[in-house]
Amino acid sequence: MNLDTDLVSNIRINLSAIERRTSTLTKRRSVKKEYQAAWLLKAISLIDLTTLSGDDTAGKVERLCEKAKRPISIDLHELLNIKQGDIQVGAVCVYHHLIKEAKKNLPNNIPVAAVSTGFPAGLSSFKTRKLEITESIKNGADEIDIVINRGFVLQNNWKKLYEEVRDFKKAANKKHIKAILGVGDLETLRNVAKASMVCMMAGADFIKTSTGKESINANLNNSLVMLRMIRNFYQITGKKIGFKPAGGISTAKTVIEFLILVMEELGHDWINPKYLRIGASSLLIDIERQLYHFALGRYANKEKLAIG
Amino acid sequence: MSKIIQNFKNISYGPAPEDSKDVMSWINSLKNPNHLFINGIWTKSKSSKKLDVINPATNKKLTSLSISNKADVNAAVGAAKKAYNIWSKTSSDTRAKYLYALARLIQKHSRFLSVLETIDNGKPIRETRDIDIPLVARHFYYHAGWAKKIDTKISKPIGVIGQIIPWNFPLLMLAWKIAPAIAAGNTVVLKPAEFTSLTALYFAELCQKARIPKGVINIITGDGSTGELITSHEYTTKIAFTGSTEVGKKIIQSTASQEKKLTMELGGKSPFIVFEDADLDSAVEGVVDAIWFNQGQVCCAGSRLLVQESVEKIFIKKLKARMEKLRVGNPLDKSIDIGAIVAPIQLRKIRSIVKKGEKEGSKLWQPSWACPTDGLFYPPSIFTNVSPSSFIAQVEIFGPVLSILSFRTPSEAVSIANNTPYGLAASVWSENINLALDIAPKIKAGVIWVNSTNLFDAACGFGGYKESGFGREGGVEGIRAYQDNTLPEASKISKKIIKNKVDLPSIDATPKLYVGGKQKRPDSGYSFNQLTAQKEFICDIARANRKDVRDTVEAALKSKIGSLNNFNRSQILFYLAENLSQRKETFINLLMSISGIDKNQALKEFDQSCERIFYYASMADKFEGSIHNPPMRGLTLAVKESIGVVASIMSENQPLLSLSTIISSLFANGNASIIVPSEKTSLIATSLYQVFETSDIPAGSINILTAKENELNETLTQHENIHGIWAFSSNVTVRSSIIHGTVFNLKRYWCPKNNNIDWSNNSKDFLNEFLHEGSQVKNIWIPYGE
Repeated sequence: MNLDTDLVSNIRINLSAIERRTSTLTKRRSVKKEYQAAWLLKAISLIDLTTLSGDDTAGKVERLCEKAKRPISIDLHELLNIKQGDIQVGAVCVYHHLIKEAKKNLPNNIPVAAVSTGFPAGLSSFKTRKLEITESIKNGADEIDIVINRGFVLQNNWKKLYEEVRDFKKAANKKHIKAILGVGDLETLRNVAKASMVCMMAGADFIKTSTGKESINANLNNSLVMLRMIRNFYQITGKKIGFKPAGGISTAKTVIEFLILVMEELGHDWINPKYLRIGASSLLIDIERQLYHFALGRYANKEKLAIG
Repeated sequence: MSKIIQNFKNISYGPAPEDSKDVMSWINSLKNPNHLFINGIWTKSKSSKKLDVINPATNKKLTSLSISNKADVNAAVGAAKKAYNIWSKTSSDTRAKYLYALARLIQKHSRFLSVLETIDNGKPIRETRDIDIPLVARHFYYHAGWAKKIDTKISKPIGVIGQIIPWNFPLLMLAWKIAPAIAAGNTVVLKPAEFTSLTALYFAELCQKARIPKGVINIITGDGSTGELITSHEYTTKIAFTGSTEVGKKIIQSTASQEKKLTMELGGKSPFIVFEDADLDSAVEGVVDAIWFNQGQVCCAGSRLLVQESVEKIFIKKLKARMEKLRVGNPLDKSIDIGAIVAPIQLRKIRSIVKKGEKEGSKLWQPSWACPTDGLFYPPSIFTNVSPSSFIAQVEIFGPVLSILSFRTPSEAVSIANNTPYGLAASVWSENINLALDIAPKIKAGVIWVNSTNLFDAACGFGGYKESGFGREGGVEGIRAYQDNTLPEASKISKKIIKNKVDLPSIDATPKLYVGGKQKRPDSGYSFNQLTAQKEFICDIARANRKDVRDTVEAALKSKIGSLNNFNRSQILFYLAENLSQRKETFINLLMSISGIDKNQALKEFDQSCERIFYYASMADKFEGSIHNPPMRGLTLAVKESIGVVASIMSENQPLLSLSTIISSLFANGNASIIVPSEKTSLIATSLYQVFETSDIPAGSINILTAKENELNETLTQHENIHGIWAFSSNVTVRSSIIHGTVFNLKRYWCPKNNNIDWSNNSKDFLNEFLHEGSQVKNIWIPYGE
């Protein structure tokens, strides 16, 4: 889609009303028992299991890939009466230099996402960022998480932002790109909404809240705003864009709230890995604990659950 | 395939019921029919009549309620009257502790009360749990504070209050009624609604736990007949009623002769205005909270959606998509948005109104999913193709049915919004602060929510304009409604008429009517005599009739007083006082000859009249609103607004001083006044218009109609374009017939019960009472944040 600056500048967001919606929404819906278990399993299937630390090594990634293939323990499979392979995570997300390592350890049906384009600040030269995308794909990355230039948003320079994301998409050569907005740096929800819209116009397949490195990451408020932009974009173009909240989603309770939000604002169609991913590293353990509780009626010792 | 995997493949909510075991066993343990809570103990009703209570979600009987009869009401009111003697003198500390105890007990039993309310009323557990019950506790906390603040030796309570509440917010309305009443030192007899009495009975148990002194709170069940017995009981000095406009009007008329103090919180047809520059997605959510909150059974429900033409299509599309996601069903389920309609009769009423709307040509739309049929459920519904004249755009439906209208410009939005007899609330959506804050004062309603809807707090007054009732609940206004504001009575020294020798003008005087800034001959062509105190003829006075009233109301409505700012009004009043002071001799002579008072008394009355106008000139820019800080990020502006056109029927007592008081206090608040002086003192009033003419009083803002005693009362009282009527008559029959006649447009009335008001009283309480009565408070909620 071409850049439509009128559409962008007409976007209006009311913070108090957004907060009211998110604070009441989580109390308007509740999932219990076997439904809750199913929702938690669904959440697992949406996780972009992530490691993005300066000290990541091949060993760490190998461990992560094992967890990605078998996100819940064998006994839990039996307790819940589900088959091995029924449940696996959405993707594994790593830095560029560990893509090969991840690919080596994963079956074909678990994609590898790479954070390219000078993650997390995204301020290295345009040329090198574009090159990084090309290189990541060469190494086998199935999806690219790109970082947008937050400065363009703060300056309302929609044309620049649009062109950059469009060029990244071109460089990704038909692979999915997820545009990371860095919501914490954008400060206002109005900016979040406008940046979401421009990225979608420029060809982003997913919009993602944050790198996980900013002080404010995914929360229900910024997610609601992004989801509504996805809905509006769908109404205008008929094209479904994916959503990836990242950072700060570490408990089963929180992830259910996010799923309810997506279910209510976008609907059932979006509750699958094609359109919804959750960027998380420690979430999986808490989900497992909740599933144990459902299966056994008591809370499991954290140490009994395998770490990723 | 395991059930979990099945659910995994097709993700859905599933049942999430709130447990109701404890509550059901409490209901089953109730006496059947229930006993009444009178004088602190559970008392068997003297009546054998009873009625069934159902669970609206299942349409099955829960228990039955006693319909209290005269003997029960006598016992309850008697207990309250006896308790009043002690409670009204109980220290503020002690009263505060009791209210605090109630607040605590409500919190301790919050989930029990939520479940009970949901079972009895049919509203979703989400609402009772997250909205109703927390607000109940908040109300008792807030008023525990008032109890501590109010010294009943200084601010006197009223007495026994009869309180009749509706079924839509059973416990919340109980809290709104009981908390301020007892905080201010009154005792109460409360009748919960016949459909929903159970939380009130549980509340009575909490009163016992809190050791509320016996008789301070009495709760008796019953139907309309019980309500009538309470309102007509000679010892209930005030009635606080929330319910339909129809019943409210009946109460006003039936209690008129007893001159009870009333608070009326009545119906509404509130506009929800969406401008093109609103956050439309959020506004859609606002509509959900406005009309599908409590199944639309809310007096302030935003039941008329006014959307700007440029965004009408897209907005309705978004709204329909949202409606597809609403869930109707078992209100105890935690994933339900819309519960059950309270009673079969209400459901029938909704259905018949919807049918009528369709027949009239409006287009009904309901979501595609099927509404459950095992209880009293009705799907969320919208009507398009509605015009302001449509039946469904005018009548209060009290159900989950929204009428959608469009507008082109802000001023058109305002005129459609105000095109209703009601005036309870309005919601205004725009991201342009200039627009939103321009619209808020233009809408005639007691509550305006900017970019929000259905927000309530104990600190912010709630109540209506026009036929949505009068009086406020909550805030300082709500407390005033439970305090004695009787005007001071002049000491009863028999007035000796003095034979004054005064020079009256030698040329024939021709006093006329003063209408729209002009002197006007009366339509009738008749005159009556102005006599001195010794019955000597002075001159002829124009005799106004109903056509003069009609013309005067037109002139008053056109008056520019509404566009004057308070500084303008203040200046004009100062100037009026100045100009009056220069006519000292004229008025001294008039007072001496007409009132028959001595020169000193006349001098005193004259000087005080000038001082009085000075006082209200000073207050024109000082009797201001306030800012509330409800628990949210935002402000609530409690703005004082004028009543509009106010007619005042004067008495002959201290004619110049009483006129000065009325004219200047009404003017200070920005009201246009129609003054009807006492027949005997007409010339004093008409002599004032020359002063008005020299004082820049805008045309039509002060009008004088002279007539024979009480001759114009009926016409004025019943005129639907007069917004308020004040009558200072010592005759109870005159006063009550005025009150009786106000119901056609529910005009604000003020008929002090005095025989002889002490107009020369200079206390602030006395003087400010005129300012309070001449204004109404509008609460404008402004959440903010970027």
